[in-house]
Amino acid sequence: MNGGGWRRVKGLVRKEALQIMRDPSSIAIAFVLPALLLFIFGYGVSLDAKRVPLALVVEKSSPAASSLTADFYESQWFRPVRYGHIQAAQEAMRHRRVEGILWLRSNFASRLFTGGPAPIGLILNGVDGNTARIVAGYVDGVWSNWLVRYAAAQGRQLSLPVNVEQRIWFNPEVRSTNFLVPGLIAVIMTLIGALLTSMVVAREWERGTMEALLVTPVRLREILLGKLVPYFCLGMGGQILSVAMAVYLFEVPLRGSLAVLMGVSSLFLLAALGMGLLISTVAHNQFIAGQLAIFTTFLPAFILSGFIFDIGSMPGWVQTITHAIAARYFVAVLQSVFLAGDIWPVIWLNSLALAIMAAIFFALVRLRSRKRLE
Amino acid sequence: MWGRIRALVIKELLALLKDKTSRLMLIGPPLFQLLIFSYAATFDLNQVPYAVYNQDRGTASRELLASFQGSPAFKLKATLDHLGQVAPAIDKREVLLVINIPPDFSRQLLRGKPGDLQVLIDGRNSNTAMVLLSYVRTIVTTFSAKWAADHGWPSPPAELKVRTWFNPNLESRWFIVPGIVGLLTLVVALVVTALTVARERENGTFDQLLVTPLHPAEILLGKALPGILIGLAEGSIIILVAVKAFEVPLLGSLGALYLGMGLFILSAVGVGLMISSIAVTQQQALLGAFLFLVPAVILSGFATPIANMPVLVQKFTLLNPLRYFLVIIRSVFLEGADLELLLPLYWPMAVIGVVTLIIAGWLFRRRLY
Repeated sequence: MNGGGWRRVKGLVRKEALQIMRDPSSIAIAFVLPALLLFIFGYGVSLDAKRVPLALVVEKSSPAASSLTADFYESQWFRPVRYGHIQAAQEAMRHRRVEGILWLRSNFASRLFTGGPAPIGLILNGVDGNTARIVAGYVDGVWSNWLVRYAAAQGRQLSLPVNVEQRIWFNPEVRSTNFLVPGLIAVIMTLIGALLTSMVVAREWERGTMEALLVTPVRLREILLGKLVPYFCLGMGGQILSVAMAVYLFEVPLRGSLAVLMGVSSLFLLAALGMGLLISTVAHNQFIAGQLAIFTTFLPAFILSGFIFDIGSMPGWVQTITHAIAARYFVAVLQSVFLAGDIWPVIWLNSLALAIMAAIFFALVRLRSRKRLE
Repeated sequence: MWGRIRALVIKELLALLKDKTSRLMLIGPPLFQLLIFSYAATFDLNQVPYAVYNQDRGTASRELLASFQGSPAFKLKATLDHLGQVAPAIDKREVLLVINIPPDFSRQLLRGKPGDLQVLIDGRNSNTAMVLLSYVRTIVTTFSAKWAADHGWPSPPAELKVRTWFNPNLESRWFIVPGIVGLLTLVVALVVTALTVARERENGTFDQLLVTPLHPAEILLGKALPGILIGLAEGSIIILVAVKAFEVPLLGSLGALYLGMGLFILSAVGVGLMISSIAVTQQQALLGAFLFLVPAVILSGFATPIANMPVLVQKFTLLNPLRYFLVIIRSVFLEGADLELLLPLYWPMAVIGVVTLIIAGWLFRRRLY
């Protein structure tokens, strides 16, 4: 580009910036949207079940039964509710008042006394399998502790052949906020990128101002650059805000370097804006562009990015499809840089993928824009 | 009056379905996404890559590792020779799990003493880590029980017997697919309604509509009915695919399901039209649609339970129609719930629908500038 080219781009950037100022919705998209969404989600989204309502049915009281139920009352994971008999507890579970039932039958104490094994029934609501599995794990933990103490009190040493010592790296207290917030940043940035640009080119085509622009000496790539620069700055503003909220408000540890984080974020933002521009160019008008943006951005980024559902466990063909989702690469980098540090093999590979995606989007935008004129 | 509404409904349906792109837009993405998301969205793990660092040469460790290799949930990626290889393998995300067996593992077990087993798990996604840990514990518990029985260890005085209602294998697909039906129905209802009024405003045709003899209530019905019709039609197709292709059991009555879906779509259409009539431009309407859609999905209990949210956020979710519909659709599908059990979930959606529609109709005339 020569001197005239830069001057023209500058003019276009100025025009776009003025338009942004006039309609406050773009500024709202860049700053209000991430702040609001992160705020709601950071506080609202958690996979850590706490104080699970659990029905306790003790058919015949005994010292052993009392010491076991006392452990459930003391545990921070449960909020036990007593029921007189099993039918009442089952009715409560059907009405979703409790997540599970711990059932000590009348023969519990006598079987325990005669050397057992005395059965302890646990009935779980399996509709949400993930929660059921977590609750089963909590119950198992309380119960095994009780069992060891009970055996010791009887003067018996109880030991299982294998002792599992677990270490969860990067997030030892398994706080789900630590991985959900970085993932949410990727989802939110996807939305921002698409929202900022998906309408702008479609609007110009719809109103005929695009044709008007194209008969001026301005080149197509200058128009695109003029659109990109102001929205890129807005988007990076939103990104900085999101990272600041993650670190200061939600106390997610940032173990990698901020420079790496911002570098990868700008690559991702380019890809997201490129996708928005592509939507804008492919659609014939703002209406279709808006519909496309709703369909293609949020749900794919939410479900296929690995932000919450593990990509490695998806069927092979679905894993292949996830490679077309830019958020996938960004989530991998965000989770690593926040929780593990600057792991270069992870950063390089995913940054490269993001750069390639951005390049493909821009190439497609140029190609389609030229076609539309013919 | 009904003649005028009919004419308006036909016009709206034509505007949505007349050309091929718009038609494809309403049919293609939802079905395509149902298919992909239903396979993708699961908390169950399979083929988890893991590495083994076995310093023990005895039979016990071999037996234990064989049960990991026999499980479809795990896939052996590497056998490590020294401790220095452990950290890089996890850091680079080559494996999610490293099993570390100390040199005296088999010797301890043969002497009748417990052997230590160390498992190292990548916690970058802490939910995956927890699920993985529960899988590991299941395998180890089975191994322990067998070893104890074979080698005459004392048996524990009590045992925990777990039974699971409604979804005995804890398949998360049964939980997720009905959820996706709710998600996609919401998206379709929003796509159909959220931009319509804003588009007419931007093009100036809405002012023309307002000066016709049509009463705002008639305009409102004319805008709402196409959304409800398309929403119901698409919702039915999506439910059919969920039952036929994904074999999610549908135990309850279709009547209870359709009453829920009708009220849910009514509320979604109401919210969509309200957003559309607040907005002056289509860009603002799109922003509004996302400002509703994203919190509605994330705070619905679709993936993360509402019970885990802080009390204040839980109160806030009472405004979310998807929250009620997800419980209804899951209960009808998996628990075979009937109308009576679900009654407290129907009326909030009806209230949300009616209130938002009234606000939308009121805004039609108030926002003339």
